[in-house]
Amino acid sequence: MIRVRYFASLRERLGTADETLAEWPVTVGELRDRLAARGGAWAEAFAAGRPVLAAVNQDMAGPAQQIADGDEIGFFPPVTGG
Amino acid sequence: MNVEIRVQAEPLDVAAEMAPVLAVGPSVGGVVSFVGLMRDFNAGERVLGMTLEHYPGMTEKALAGIVDEAGRRWDLAAVRVVHRVGELGPQDPIVLVAVASAHRGEAFRAAEFIMDYLKTRAPFWKRERTAAGGSRWVEARASDADAAAAWGEA
Repeated sequence: MIRVRYFASLRERLGTADETLAEWPVTVGELRDRLAARGGAWAEAFAAGRPVLAAVNQDMAGPAQQIADGDEIGFFPPVTGG
Repeated sequence: MNVEIRVQAEPLDVAAEMAPVLAVGPSVGGVVSFVGLMRDFNAGERVLGMTLEHYPGMTEKALAGIVDEAGRRWDLAAVRVVHRVGELGPQDPIVLVAVASAHRGEAFRAAEFIMDYLKTRAPFWKRERTAAGGSRWVEARASDADAAAAWGEA
């Protein structure tokens, strides 16, 4: 299982903060595409060109980053702290 | 390098946080600090208050990574980073970055580096309440991305 978490404006658009997946693709980029394929708000939020950042096990990750069983994936908008 | 990193819901007491950094030791020649404050105006609207969301666990990890990188690039005696989460009002301190070093050049550069990286890599998000009655997520700025990129890769 992997856990996928959504934050900030992305969470609001999708209407979900958290889910678990029993099966998943190899990379973060492929997972993003799979989420976009759900259609509706997901397609819009994860459209190619929309700025969405990702983390794997709480480290920033690029689209080529691989996903392993037990991983936590976070998706979120560009950060605005400080 | 003496490091203190904290993400907290409680108000940030700048003087209390600075006191131990100023007392780090006799080899310290200078302390540089940055305090980010909540402004009451942003992107064309009066702002009444703000909520700071974060990714608990990742926030502390990201800040630690940024401070570690600063410690690799410069010779630092101490670094303290304290960042608020939760509800804030105008003029509230949002973040404190304080750096102590033998020499001021390194302290200045490290403090700026830490802020530039925090602005682009630490998972916080601001939601503003405007005077017009609405609420909106603050947008990331291209200038912040440019500033972070200007430090070059690790």
